[in-house]
Amino acid sequence: MEARLFGDFAVSPNRRARPTDYPINDANSPIKVVNFNGVGGSTIMYTAHFPRLHPSDFKVRTLDGVADDWPVDYATLEPFFAENDRMMGVSGLAGDPAYPPKQPPMPPLPLGKSGTRFGKAMNQLGWHWWPSDSTIATTDYEGRARCINLGHCTPGCAQGAKASTDITYWPHAIRAGVELRTLCRVREITVDEHGMTTGVVYYDAEGKEQFQPAEVVILACNGVGTPRLMLNSVSARFPNGIANSSGLVGRNLMFHPYALTYGYVDEPLDGNHGPPLCLWSQEFYETDPKRDFVRGYTFQFSRGVGAIFEAIVSSQAGRLPWGEDHHRVYRKLLNHRIGLSAICEDLPEEHNRVTLDPDLKDSSGIPAPRIDYTISANSLKMMQHGIARAKEVLAAAGAGDICVESPILNGGWHLLGTARMGTDPERSVVNEWGRCHDVKNLFIVDGSIWVTSGGVNPTSTIQALALYIADSIKQRLANLFD
Amino acid sequence: MHHEELTAEQARDLRALAGAIIPPSRDYGVPGADDELIFNDILRSLERDHGDIRRALAQLAALAGGAFADLGPERRTEVAATFREIGGAPLAALVRVVLLCYYRDDRVMRSLGQEPRPPFPKGHVVEQGDWSLLDPVRARPPMYRVVK
Repeated sequence: MEARLFGDFAVSPNRRARPTDYPINDANSPIKVVNFNGVGGSTIMYTAHFPRLHPSDFKVRTLDGVADDWPVDYATLEPFFAENDRMMGVSGLAGDPAYPPKQPPMPPLPLGKSGTRFGKAMNQLGWHWWPSDSTIATTDYEGRARCINLGHCTPGCAQGAKASTDITYWPHAIRAGVELRTLCRVREITVDEHGMTTGVVYYDAEGKEQFQPAEVVILACNGVGTPRLMLNSVSARFPNGIANSSGLVGRNLMFHPYALTYGYVDEPLDGNHGPPLCLWSQEFYETDPKRDFVRGYTFQFSRGVGAIFEAIVSSQAGRLPWGEDHHRVYRKLLNHRIGLSAICEDLPEEHNRVTLDPDLKDSSGIPAPRIDYTISANSLKMMQHGIARAKEVLAAAGAGDICVESPILNGGWHLLGTARMGTDPERSVVNEWGRCHDVKNLFIVDGSIWVTSGGVNPTSTIQALALYIADSIKQRLANLFD
Repeated sequence: MHHEELTAEQARDLRALAGAIIPPSRDYGVPGADDELIFNDILRSLERDHGDIRRALAQLAALAGGAFADLGPERRTEVAATFREIGGAPLAALVRVVLLCYYRDDRVMRSLGQEPRPPFPKGHVVEQGDWSLLDPVRARPPMYRVVK
């Protein structure tokens, strides 16, 4: 499986190029888009790291005078976070001082040798650290077997311990009567003369064009796929893309720029045995006026990497020689790596955007997305701060031969902000419960509706928002389109 | 088979370069990347890197002034070092395939102290560690900003 991470299970859709993937022109971005296309979406290809946004993340304008406040808050989402934790099956430890109280349903992932080393280092520095919330089952849970430390968690779990929506939400939906059509690709969302969507045009598994009528259309293609589909949905009423009277569809793309710092210690650690992420630190999460940037970042600590990954990355970095000395050096690297990444909050900027590429198309002939993105000065300062602090952590952990990858090139895991939520139709695409301002039976439930990015992996909050929007739809069924 | 797309000369050069990147070692009891089993795995695994690897081999032949495999050991080392210094995406693809095939060979895995088996279904043991290390963090007051 590790070798397939460089082929048909590569994180980049351009490299992976499976029949279900669509190409993305991300040449004009220092961070390349990472996703997965299939039943379960990008929860198939994720590390299962499951932090929530913090209360302050929803109020950045009020607290820090930047970007915009969200039209929802942590307290509104709290019951949906808890419900989602139960549905996905979250392991973790209650009592984290970085969050309001919460109770993960399963105990945390083991510390292992690397976690122990990091814990001691963070204590020495007096900095916060805590076992991560993770959607990897540490006990048998709802038909899923507990984790047995297979290690290659990112591209999937043979044990079924890692939660992905194909094995959590989808079975419930199918039992409730939802029909799942696989290998289909939607080309456009159609509208009638009243500006209501009438359904979607799609290509079925045989490549035949079909029309699916619908009373309500709900998009969940995330921060690149959703604006791509909306921009491809052109009509006389919406010549610039469906529900795009604000001109904001595709704008304000936010990644989380990742600053990775790692080194090597003098004893073998866990390598790739065990889930790759098991700890976080929120020491530098909240805005500190003494720093030269606003907002902050999470540190996520990496357990280690596998034999193939270590060889390839070390060769590319020039650490691993060719010839006689190759074997000696490699043995000093394998399973000796210890590292941490700063997941930096990316503030929204309209020039960071998804558009349609004029030339590139997918295998169905549908125009592909193009990414234009730059890292802001604020993010760059934050990354530098993260690298400097990470070096202190690694020194305290006894690591040497320090290496930095900043930004992580293939690090565009988190795709946010391109159909933002808000109460003002001129400054947002969807309202405070996910309904498009312009099309009252079109909803969005993915990362594109985020107003700001926070500094954490977004899956937990995306899913909590989706549950909240679903609940809002249910509560308003009698007057949903008013 | 993908390797049929490489000419015999390209395959010979690829094998010679693989051996220059990772030679056999008596000290560690491991084969080189030009070992027959490993090299056959490399040929089977070119897949989506085929084009890049052919470009890399053309570049290598140009640097060698002919077949890289026909060079003497000293000249091979020199040309390989120059090739690595020049770098580029085609070479990166070639080296990636060599390394990923080498580091999944059972003999190599054993020499590294790793069990030559898939992780599933046996899994691995990861120690729980000492959770009392968290005591100083538990003692901290809430550190998130309270929002009204």
